[in-house]
Amino acid sequence: MSDRPVPLLRAEGLVKTHHGEGAPAHAVRGVDLRVRGGEFVAITGPSGAGKSTLLHLLGGLQRPDSGSLWLDGERTDAYSESRWAVERRKRIGIVFQFFNLVSNLSVADNVELPALLAGLSPRQARAEREGLLAELGLAGKDRSMPGELSGGEQQRVALARALVNRPPLLLADEPAGSLDSKGTREVMRLLSRFHQRGQTIVLVTHDARLASAADRVISFFDGRIADDAELDGTPSRATGISGVLELKD
Amino acid sequence: MRLALLALLARGPAHGYELKQDLEQLLGSAYPQPNVGQIYVTLGRLEKTGLIEGEEVEQSSRPNKKIYHLTDAGRDELRAWYEETADEPRVRDEFFMKLALAPQTGLADQIALINRQRRQYLNTMRSLSKLAATENRDNRISQLLIEGAMLHLQADLDWLERCQEELEEPQ
Repeated sequence: MSDRPVPLLRAEGLVKTHHGEGAPAHAVRGVDLRVRGGEFVAITGPSGAGKSTLLHLLGGLQRPDSGSLWLDGERTDAYSESRWAVERRKRIGIVFQFFNLVSNLSVADNVELPALLAGLSPRQARAEREGLLAELGLAGKDRSMPGELSGGEQQRVALARALVNRPPLLLADEPAGSLDSKGTREVMRLLSRFHQRGQTIVLVTHDARLASAADRVISFFDGRIADDAELDGTPSRATGISGVLELKD
Repeated sequence: MRLALLALLARGPAHGYELKQDLEQLLGSAYPQPNVGQIYVTLGRLEKTGLIEGEEVEQSSRPNKKIYHLTDAGRDELRAWYEETADEPRVRDEFFMKLALAPQTGLADQIALINRQRRQYLNTMRSLSKLAATENRDNRISQLLIEGAMLHLQADLDWLERCQEELEEPQ
């Protein structure tokens, strides 16, 4: 192991069981995972497989019953709530299915708030915000309220907010789950673009089209990793993509 | 290819190479480029069955070219084509047979089969995403072709997921 670089994210033996009404639900049942810096990893699987729980464990939004977590070589599973909150501002950005924007703050304030909380000056925060919103095709929307935007636009604001502190790791939980086909393509294009610039991304999705933007796809079933595949974009059979597209008589 | 060529000729007479170019322009680079030999062979067959007629046109410095036009029989054939609905796509029956028969052979594990098949579909999906990104965005027909292929593949992937949920041993 020592010859390998330290993974940006590492998990060993993660377990999480939800105790609600009825029988306990074994959401995550022993997950080992390594994500290298610069990787784009998608976790797919049927709903209820535990993939969102896994992502929440990775981002410290939920605590594992057992197992260990490392961020950039540093053990994080013993972090306090407040320490996790700091990490989620500085080292981990998160986007959610339902955007989770602050509805009574403007677009600009939604994006600048985490930058100010992380200690940037108002001027720096504004510069970062302006750059990101322009990049995400939202220039001119800074004074809008979240409720005035389409779902796709709100998700782009959420992406700007998640990236404003330039976190090494971006976690995305079904980011296109409440978007239409056009919004899905837009999210896919933006994630690919940030990834090409070196952003490490862990994406949870049930949408195979979105997952195929990643260069590694983990199939998650019943709380476990069922398969972990690097995609190189070359279909293994000769027919390949033209066979799929060919129109027959 | 047969009916596509008839449809292109419904607009007016054309020669083989023109038809190839029309098809390419309509469907974009996403569509596997039809081979010109294939087009000439198909045109020959259509002429033999009386659906089109060819007329030799002399060219000064090159060999003669043949300009084809649709006959009444060809137009009827085309009309009939538009009258009927197309067949549904089929389940990947070869894979299904492999999966269904695997336990009896003792030669393959069902989950391993599903995982392998999924990797292939995901790689193809990735190629299609890349193609959609590089193909001219304004060519709606070509984009729709790619999107259709992606949605079919997505359905196949969803179905593999269902197979895996059902066939995975409870632990």
